[in-house]
Amino acid sequence: MVGLLVVSHSADAARGISDIAAEMGGADAEIVPVGGDPDGGIGTSVPDIQDALEAMDAAEVVVLVDLGSAVMNAEMAVETSEKDVVVADAPILEGALNAAVEASSSKATLDSVRESAEEARDVSKT
Amino acid sequence: MPETEAEREALLAAVENVADRIEAEKSHLTDLDSAIGDADHGANLNRGFRAALEKVEALDDPDAQEIAKTVGTALVSEVGGAAGPLYGGSIMSASQELAEGVTAETSVAFAETYLEKLQDRGDARVGDKTMVDAVTPAVHTYKKSIEEDDLPPLEALAKAVDAARRGVEFTVPIRASKGRASYLGWRSVGHQDPGATSTLFVLEELLATAEEHLDGAADVDATSPTIPDEEAEE
Repeated sequence: MVGLLVVSHSADAARGISDIAAEMGGADAEIVPVGGDPDGGIGTSVPDIQDALEAMDAAEVVVLVDLGSAVMNAEMAVETSEKDVVVADAPILEGALNAAVEASSSKATLDSVRESAEEARDVSKT
Repeated sequence: MPETEAEREALLAAVENVADRIEAEKSHLTDLDSAIGDADHGANLNRGFRAALEKVEALDDPDAQEIAKTVGTALVSEVGGAAGPLYGGSIMSASQELAEGVTAETSVAFAETYLEKLQDRGDARVGDKTMVDAVTPAVHTYKKSIEEDDLPPLEALAKAVDAARRGVEFTVPIRASKGRASYLGWRSVGHQDPGATSTLFVLEELLATAEEHLDGAADVDATSPTIPDEEAEE
């Protein structure tokens, strides 16, 4: 089973996005939120992302990120992980939703989950 | 171990001077970042360099590579913003160039690797209104001064600091196309980039430390130089 790691500058946003995605992905998908800087403010932290990644059950993980430092810090965490991890180039909420749906399919692969997340870039809101 | 005791003292003093300068400039950097970013550059860098200083002071007889790597790792772990992987990740990668200690040759290699990793990680080029606008001219000037103009490292570093200063000035009139400032579009014009500015502060402190420690360092080997208690220079 492919897991999802949701990395946002805000711990609250990461949790909220994970909650919304979990509703869509059903109870099966492993969706883990992580966010905030080392002082608990707005930001992202490499060690926190690394810890969240390693604590996941999934050996394959697609990472959803919001912006800027979340992308760079997630990439650093991915480089040091022994798991099979990719960062999706996708809007974080819509990408997490799409990925959660795909991840709950029995045929899901790391690539298919990442692709599902990235397809959310083209979704029109209206 | 290739370093002399004096070189080790100089490197530790450099980390301390940089950390003190960033602390002194914390509000200034945050003011710059509140104009075009998310107002955390000063606080983030200060947290990172405080941690870096603490970690290098705890090292037992470190060599140059270990000092640089420790600083990089601390910045990556503690900064909590894009400056962490940009500064810290680049220093970590470049630290391997100091395996034979700090010489004119290894310092050029360090600078070049730092620039290369910075550009890769941030996907930024000159003109994007980022720290790359300060680092690029500084590194190119340093390399040229040493390899083509045959200047001693101290003079080369002084020229590099001048180049970085012009790079910082160059960030004022241009429009940001990377980082949080890019969301502002044309409204980013007229503001000085905080990352380029903090890069200049770091380079100024490296130069000040080098001036202090390289003068006569060759003939006083085992002295314990006084670490200057630097205040903000503005």
